[in-house]
Amino acid sequence: MSAVTATSPLADTVAAFFARRARWTPFEIAFWLVALASIWLFPTKHLILTETAILALFALSLDLILGYAGIISLGHAAFFGVGAYFTGLVAKYGLINEPVLALFAAGLAAAVIGFATSFLVLRGSDLTRLMVTLGVALILREIANRYSNITGGADGLQGVDIQPVLGLFRFDLYGHTAYIYCLSVLFVVFVVARRIVQSPFGLSLGALRGNPLRAAAVGIPVNARLVAIYTVSAGIAGVAGALLTQTTAFCSLDVLSFDRSADLLLVLIIGGTGYLYGGLIGAVIFKFMQDYLANLTPQYWQFWIGLVLVLIVLVGRERATGWTGYARAGLIKLFARAPSLPSPAGGGKGPAAVGGAAPDGH
Amino acid sequence: MLTVLFDGISYGMLLFVLACGLAVTLGLMNFVNLAHGAFAMAGGYIAVVLVNRAGLPFGLGLALAFLFTALIGGFLERTLYVRVYNKSPLDQVLFSIGLVFMSVAAVDYIMGSSQQFVQIPSALQGQFNVFGVGMGKYRLLIIAICGVITVTLQLALMKTRFGSRLRAAVDDQRVARGLGINVGAVFGITFALGSGLAGLGGALGAEILGLDPIFPLKYMIYFLIVVTVGGASSITGPFFASILLGIGDVAGKYYVPTLGAFVIYTIMIVVLIWRPQGLFARGVSR
Amino acid sequence: MPILETIGLEKRFGGITATNGVSFAVEQGARLALIGPNGAGKTTFVNLLTGVLKPTAGKILLDGVDITALEPHQRVRRGMARTFQINQLFADLTPIESIGLVVSERKGSGADWWRVVGGRAKITDEIADIAERFRLGDVLRERTAILPYGKQRLLEMALAFACKPRVLLLDEPAAGVPEAERHELLATIEALPKDVTVLLIEHDMDLVFSFADRITVLVNGALFADGAPEEVAHDPRVKAVYLGEELDG
Repeated sequence: MSAVTATSPLADTVAAFFARRARWTPFEIAFWLVALASIWLFPTKHLILTETAILALFALSLDLILGYAGIISLGHAAFFGVGAYFTGLVAKYGLINEPVLALFAAGLAAAVIGFATSFLVLRGSDLTRLMVTLGVALILREIANRYSNITGGADGLQGVDIQPVLGLFRFDLYGHTAYIYCLSVLFVVFVVARRIVQSPFGLSLGALRGNPLRAAAVGIPVNARLVAIYTVSAGIAGVAGALLTQTTAFCSLDVLSFDRSADLLLVLIIGGTGYLYGGLIGAVIFKFMQDYLANLTPQYWQFWIGLVLVLIVLVGRERATGWTGYARAGLIKLFARAPSLPSPAGGGKGPAAVGGAAPDGH
Repeated sequence: MLTVLFDGISYGMLLFVLACGLAVTLGLMNFVNLAHGAFAMAGGYIAVVLVNRAGLPFGLGLALAFLFTALIGGFLERTLYVRVYNKSPLDQVLFSIGLVFMSVAAVDYIMGSSQQFVQIPSALQGQFNVFGVGMGKYRLLIIAICGVITVTLQLALMKTRFGSRLRAAVDDQRVARGLGINVGAVFGITFALGSGLAGLGGALGAEILGLDPIFPLKYMIYFLIVVTVGGASSITGPFFASILLGIGDVAGKYYVPTLGAFVIYTIMIVVLIWRPQGLFARGVSR
Repeated sequence: MPILETIGLEKRFGGITATNGVSFAVEQGARLALIGPNGAGKTTFVNLLTGVLKPTAGKILLDGVDITALEPHQRVRRGMARTFQINQLFADLTPIESIGLVVSERKGSGADWWRVVGGRAKITDEIADIAERFRLGDVLRERTAILPYGKQRLLEMALAFACKPRVLLLDEPAAGVPEAERHELLATIEALPKDVTVLLIEHDMDLVFSFADRITVLVNGALFADGAPEEVAHDPRVKAVYLGEELDG
């Protein structure tokens, strides 16, 4: 629209802009319909689909801090592990018998740890954050290892018995209950995350990631916001970990492993950050890839993962994942800018206009 | 207690030789090379092959471990690393993690996953008993070799032309280039040297640290701690940091077994929060 | 009571004293220009006022309240806002979102995580108002990064204005703005509400003299001269300090 002289029409334009921004796009609706349909489309694949859903949820949690707040973490598995072990322990000792309740509690526990450690990532450069988050994850793993009389150590937690969901849906061998359960949790958490990201709070995150100096200069309490989103992210990661324990009735040290944190980064790199669906798409692709590679060279599939990482970086993240820009543009018009990871000052390439239309597309 | 101190010092000096390459790379190129441990591992396995299987003398094995690893490092630097220098820290980290995964899997495939040891000549086995303190002969050798290396490095850094070029490039790359210093060559040689030293450390330390395909992952955090605490702008910083950590770790595990491992992690986090640029670094902002 | 006051404000960086015992007071509604040769410490002074830097000594009072210990965002809440000499914008957001962000923050709903942003009429109306005032109506939905420089500079001011500050600090708002677009900028500054106290740092003397009712001169971090524009313009010491520069007015 051209310049207006009366205020009213301009105010209407503003309101319309925000309304459009918030709308569920057709692609989003299609995405979730397909996800729902997958229950019936792939009845024999529910076990791996469950793993994918859990990974997607985990990736979603990292996207919140990495894609939206710009916090680089090399140790997000720490919160995943807290959720996983918490759930295993309360199930084993019969403290909380209903899975959904245990899920909430696990998320809360992970959020507490997240809150406690959030202060460590406020200060320092990206490098510092990488090391601090790595350190926290390693400490937790060491704790789990050290107190193997409680955690089962390298052998894992034994005797975890999971009750039926809501007292009604028993976990079966084929993963049917597990998948529907995980998919539902994923959807619910996703909707909440979407709300957060679309809210004034979410908008302030983008601001403080892009320009923390200016964010503070317009009255945004930067540290408070970072602590908040870090805590939420930790909680969601904990929920993902809890789901893993509940669906496999098992929990071992590898929930806290460095591999898990590193693989998670790869998932987000593949899918793209900053638009919420990147973790979900990336998880699907990663799982496919992992399945394929594991069949190829069972013991050494890590090699190929490493190779993929190296190649993606060499080729350049934007170019390697450029095709997902089309998915992004279709899925989310509102976040159609900033398709790549935040580039720290003096760092990598800025966001390319990869299929991401400016928000004036109408 | 003196034995603990002695062990701690030898462990610390070993850590220093292993980690100093990383410190210099970080300080010089602002590059986070998480794959540094892979070079150490390479050196260790090269020594295993040469000494155990080919029957070469121990000393020669060490020297060749250094040489071959340095060559590998130099090669990788010129071909791969150089393309990643200008990317964001996250990209660099992902890149080096990718290299770690690849090297871990490759070594597992080639050499098997069990722990390996380099055969130490019998002359180096056993202990000396000095004033009632048991000093392992091997550990003495470690201290000796590492000490010589440290002194040589410091002298080279301070007294040679290459050293001054390196220091200039670390201080301010652009100005150094402007002065006609071939910064690319400095990077390459330094990286090769750092990798070579890591390889030497890996070979030397196989006896103490153990050698298996997951070595880079196990010890990655140790190297990072040395660099964090010691800062990346000098050699003396990481040196003292390594000694501190070596003694801290050994003493911690000896006196407080349940919490021993946490000592170093906690030190790292505390230091990172308190002084993000390292305990011993100069106040040079980056 | 002065709306803004500093008492013995001092900032040292190692051996360098960037701000040297500056004590001054500004009345509400004043139009103050802060001038001085390059390196005089003007931006440092603004950074001290806004909390980006912590002083080595001295106090800052906003409407009688000591704000020296407050964080930057807290000072904004109390009514102090600033613009930056080099644009500090949210490159990936649109002007609508940037302004909307500031307005939401100010109204206390910045942390609301359950509401969709832009749902409230009061906020969207105010965004439109501010866009009008700063002539951004035609570029509202573009990404900030692709806006022409002049518009970016206007947005820079719009963001500060959206904080509804009692004291507005403008750090060289005309810097880098091409001659053709300066007019728009000047008009916007002059149209600022009369109850807002404005402190302007500028090198452009035309702007200074058409805008200011009081000029303060900062040299080597210390207060050098202070008074009505005509006095300062004819002060021989000031002329000497600006060696070779013409001060007309």
